[in-house]
Amino acid sequence: MNFKKTFLPLFNPLSKDNPVIVQVLGICSALAVTAKMEPALVMTISVTAVLALANVIISLMRNTIPSSIRIIVQLVVVAALVVVVDQVLKAWNYEISKALSVFIGLIITNCIIMGRLEAFALNNRPWPAFLDGIGNGIGYGIILVIVSFFRELFGSGTLFGCQVFPQWWYDAGYQNNGMMILPPMALIVTACIIWAHRSFNKDLQE
Amino acid sequence: MNRQSNTYTIIYSIILVAVVGVVLSIVYQALRPKQLENIADDTKRQILAAALITPASGESVSEVYASHITDSFIVNSAGERTDASADPFDVNVALEVKKPADERQLPVFVCNTDNGVKYIVPVYGAGLWGPIWGYVAMDNNGDTIYGAYFAHQGETPGLGAEIEKPAFSSQFEGKNLFSPDGQFQSVKVVKNGQEPAEGAYVHAISGGTITSQGVQKMLQNSLKPYEAFFDFLRAKH
Repeated sequence: MNFKKTFLPLFNPLSKDNPVIVQVLGICSALAVTAKMEPALVMTISVTAVLALANVIISLMRNTIPSSIRIIVQLVVVAALVVVVDQVLKAWNYEISKALSVFIGLIITNCIIMGRLEAFALNNRPWPAFLDGIGNGIGYGIILVIVSFFRELFGSGTLFGCQVFPQWWYDAGYQNNGMMILPPMALIVTACIIWAHRSFNKDLQE
Repeated sequence: MNRQSNTYTIIYSIILVAVVGVVLSIVYQALRPKQLENIADDTKRQILAAALITPASGESVSEVYASHITDSFIVNSAGERTDASADPFDVNVALEVKKPADERQLPVFVCNTDNGVKYIVPVYGAGLWGPIWGYVAMDNNGDTIYGAYFAHQGETPGLGAEIEKPAFSSQFEGKNLFSPDGQFQSVKVVKNGQEPAEGAYVHAISGGTITSQGVQKMLQNSLKPYEAFFDFLRAKH
């Protein structure tokens, strides 16, 4: 029971309280970076790192932050972490950083991050805040990976850049669905996930 | 101290910003050399792409570059090699194309390919939303384009951004910059179904008119100063 309670912030966001499909936050970047699996995975890692660290830092500072400027303080912390992530990517994975371009910088505006800082980190100790950050980052990432799996598979016939559909398939007349590459399909795939998720979790239905 | 007081708030924000500033500048300083290396590698990859050479994944771009690019130098608009000590690789083409032709420093990269020696020159211009640039590899007759590579900063995906696709850039292969009687004509980018009065041409991108025109202007403006150098190659040939 105690174990369950301690790790509630970690496991809850994975399904029952998923930031993307239940709270419907972070949709913008979920649509933008899911045409291929590799950028989606790097984006997941980046958001999780920023979210976990920001949660811990804000949680450590929570008793000192003047309430009149707390949003600004949160923004400064998040912005600094995002710049660090951006610089690290530029140094160690230049190709991916080119592919993600502005979306790394836009992690700052990801509603999930500000949402978790306001709702959780400001009122909790660092350890639960850390778990909450990791949990929400992974919850966000699961959806990104599922969406990018379908988009890359049917849009390009590849996974992580490796050809999946055999050549004779194409020779027989199969064609990649160009629609899958375009942003609208990300919305439709996400909506299908929400549909499936809600029909399994009847208590989430409104 | 009262956490809601103005003094506390102001001091708090000053300390916060100072700490964040120090941390960020340390990160920047620590990662800068590695980033510059990546940017140089990316430029080398683009230069090689113009000569239709793609380093395999896992291969070091710098090594492939070193094994193919045998020489590089800077020429002036009279086609003479300048003895400037500047590295052609470091010439800022974005600034050079704005100068009058006779003041420009014109980098040339000599590339050894399976199909003979090619001369690669940089081009730079403006698209619809931002800069476009690229590299053009010339055959050693100074007339025929061997390959071209184009890139852009922020052209519209699916429209202007198509210039970076091989489907567009491969059209340039085999086009002649000069008319049969030796007049410099560059390569025109025209709408599908049209033909310019004279000179070589490629098809523009549907829906990417401004970017396509940008490519045409970029080639005209960036390659024209090389005319004397290309003449020299043609005479030698």
